[in-house]
Amino acid sequence: MSRLVEKSRNIFATSCLVAGVLAGASGCKSGESDSTGGEGGAPGAGGAVEGGAGPGGASSGDEDELINEAAEQYASVVSATYGDALASALALKTEIAAFLDEPSEETLTAAKKAWLASREPYLKTEAFRFYDGPIDNPEDGPEGQLNAWPLDEAYIDYVVGDVDSGIINDPSVAITALALGALNEQGGEKNIATGYHAIEFLLWGQDLSEDGPGERPVTDYTTADNSERRGQYLQVVTDLLVQDLEGLVQAWSSGKTNYRAEFLAESPAEKMRRVLTGLIVLSGFETGGERLQTAYDTQDQEDEHSCFSDNTHRDMVGDVLGIQDVYLGTYQKLDGTKLSGTSFFEVVKAKDSALAAELKDRIQTSLELAEALKPPFDQEIKSSAGRKRVEALIESLRFEQEPLLEDVFRLFELTIPNPE
Amino acid sequence: MISETVARWLQRGDAAVPSGPTRTVSNMAALALAASAAFSCAGETAAPIEPPSESERFPGGSTTNDLLFGSKAFTMPLANATREHETLFFSGNSFFNSAWVEAPSSTTARDGLGPLFNARNCSACHFEDGRGSPPLEEGESFVAVLFRIGTGERDENGAPTPDPVYGDQIQPFALSELSAEGVPRVEYTTRKGEYADGEKYELLSPRYWFEELAYGDLAEDLRVSPRVAPAMIGLGLLEAISEADLKQLADPDDTDGDGISGKINRVWDEAAQKRAIGRFGWKAEQPSVRQQTAGAFLGDMGLSSALFSTTSCTEAEEICSGLPSGGEPEVDEETFERVVTYSRMLAVPMRHDVDDEEVLRGRTLFHEIGCAACHVPHHTTGKSDLEELEGQEIWPYTDLLLHDLGKELGDDRPSFDATGNEWRTPPLWGIGRIEDVNGHDRLLHDGRARGVAEAVLWHGGEGERARENFRNLSRSERHALVAFVESL
Repeated sequence: MSRLVEKSRNIFATSCLVAGVLAGASGCKSGESDSTGGEGGAPGAGGAVEGGAGPGGASSGDEDELINEAAEQYASVVSATYGDALASALALKTEIAAFLDEPSEETLTAAKKAWLASREPYLKTEAFRFYDGPIDNPEDGPEGQLNAWPLDEAYIDYVVGDVDSGIINDPSVAITALALGALNEQGGEKNIATGYHAIEFLLWGQDLSEDGPGERPVTDYTTADNSERRGQYLQVVTDLLVQDLEGLVQAWSSGKTNYRAEFLAESPAEKMRRVLTGLIVLSGFETGGERLQTAYDTQDQEDEHSCFSDNTHRDMVGDVLGIQDVYLGTYQKLDGTKLSGTSFFEVVKAKDSALAAELKDRIQTSLELAEALKPPFDQEIKSSAGRKRVEALIESLRFEQEPLLEDVFRLFELTIPNPE
Repeated sequence: MISETVARWLQRGDAAVPSGPTRTVSNMAALALAASAAFSCAGETAAPIEPPSESERFPGGSTTNDLLFGSKAFTMPLANATREHETLFFSGNSFFNSAWVEAPSSTTARDGLGPLFNARNCSACHFEDGRGSPPLEEGESFVAVLFRIGTGERDENGAPTPDPVYGDQIQPFALSELSAEGVPRVEYTTRKGEYADGEKYELLSPRYWFEELAYGDLAEDLRVSPRVAPAMIGLGLLEAISEADLKQLADPDDTDGDGISGKINRVWDEAAQKRAIGRFGWKAEQPSVRQQTAGAFLGDMGLSSALFSTTSCTEAEEICSGLPSGGEPEVDEETFERVVTYSRMLAVPMRHDVDDEEVLRGRTLFHEIGCAACHVPHHTTGKSDLEELEGQEIWPYTDLLLHDLGKELGDDRPSFDATGNEWRTPPLWGIGRIEDVNGHDRLLHDGRARGVAEAVLWHGGEGERARENFRNLSRSERHALVAFVESL
């Protein structure tokens, strides 16, 4: 009804802008490149738009070709990002093993540092969620096991006011990968027993201080009650994390019979729909809504994403960086290698250059606003200056960036897949 | 939109329709002709079938979720949500999902669970805002099906009288130091049947009982009514259908003689302290989303709110006295309002395969065999305090009224004006996406039906004629009908 009318108006309005913009927009060869060459690659290498495309821009054949190339590049970016997430999780595993081997302030600090480092690539992978791909397909997607929050701390370990709570302090529960995997999310979404935030809690402990993160004592792993079980727990959830990330790397590596192959075999419209769905939901609903808006509204630390380590500000930056990578088809690996190739930015540009540029600028603005957040986030949502910064980011993500992404969705008349 | 010609024809209410080529989507009139002709053949009152309109693609009008599907299809806020309301939605979502804990706790905003409860959070039963199911595998416990119990009597307001010890619902969980009430169990026996064309089918007939009862015997002649947690979508829209429209649809004495009565359940309105029209729950026992929510907080999680400030324990359950409370009330006003707003703002997803030929055939059959008599397709919403919900053209496929579905589905537990055999027509929107969201195809109030066809086959009472019509369809017609329902 009114939405339909609105939609057609949008499509019409944007397509008025396009006539004749785009020759040569396509063509960067996609794929992983070992060079550190600049963005965009070599122009004009095939698929150039000749005349006869009509006033609406590229003919659908050219457009399809461009989307196919951008999807190839997307798959390369996804694969590289998960690869880095796995590499940094393996580094975390090494540091945690060293800590458990010889618990001390130094080894604990090193493990915390490794956890913070492991979050950087992982957060970027959140742009690959929400279309029931490998990370969160309802059958066996590991998202809930990897990154679910908020954590019910008392479900895992002792908390202030209850020294005996949690699986760790219940010797009747065996601490094995199988057992913890099964306990995770039992009885609803929020009995979180595993994943990044469980590890975070086991390293930092509850965040009870105003100006710093949690301060779990090293003695929790030496002389405290159930210290051995606690160590076991930390090791098992770290192993699970690595295992789940390995699965994702497998699903997206090239040249295999896997999700990546299936994804690339989909129609151009379906590929683009999935990519955009991830960006729309992460921008407006997940980061802008559940993580920022809710915390802003309740001013409650319980609604802070990485509350034990006070690392929430980096979560926001990571999410926006991931969105930017997907849109621009770029990724800089941990070893410094840069990937670039045909991007969805170019796909949109070929149809509506003004919209493409506006979205690019908007994502950059969101990124700058996220980088402007000051830690700790639990204070940022309370102080008046901090609340202004949070509000500006919410505004940008939810009310600017997300609608622009929806415009793209509708510009390409992307439709919804039918249930099987 | 309905074309002017067709609209005029609809107003006239007869079967004279414009002629034209058949079997195209755009040619709505032709379809309507085929449908109404068949309807008359079945000996029913000749009533025209509204032809497919553009608005049917968007069952929630301009609130419809047209972006996110798959496992998250039920999680979106109203598409036309205002900023202010969407903010409440997100905060409500946080409380809907997060676990309530035992009081006292440092988590002061979220303590007060129990002492007896069915779940720690709303989303345990309404996972991804979707629909629950009975245990699907051996040894699984009941999570998203609760058991209402009682003696079969009604009090002076019409409310069912509870079991004197266990109250009006079995709570299978308790805080760690206490005993849960009991463990519900089910056993299915297979019932064989046959369609008119000879194809065989099997239905699962359940038998329920309770084990490990911790507080003594249940009442003699106890009435047990299992209830699946329904999907959360579109609740605000259903609430915005005007009372006048519901009264218009009601025909408690079947004065039009079509074999379908349709009765309003007049239930207790706690806030107004008087009887009001019931809309929500399997027997339309709740007048509003607000009261439904307060009831679920109390009954399912043991949390008090301003509306229901008592405890879920009965006097016979002495464990409750002297336990610390999570505040008075445990769910504070602000939190409660956010969860209620959230629950009213979950969007209905867009339909799919609307133009598919099989689906269109099924749509016609749906009307022809009598499904639409109770599963009333279309309403226009009236006033609401959430302006997004007002004046929407919606397609929920329900009349929100009570109908006798026969003894086989009955629970023998009268509730207000609902007899033991009467149930509220459940909305059908989103039904085809339950499998994507919740990974199962279980339907009906206790999830006994595996898919749409079995659900139809369980219909008795006022639904018997439609069921028999369904049994008499050819295989491809039955598939078309199911395809249509799954497209909603």
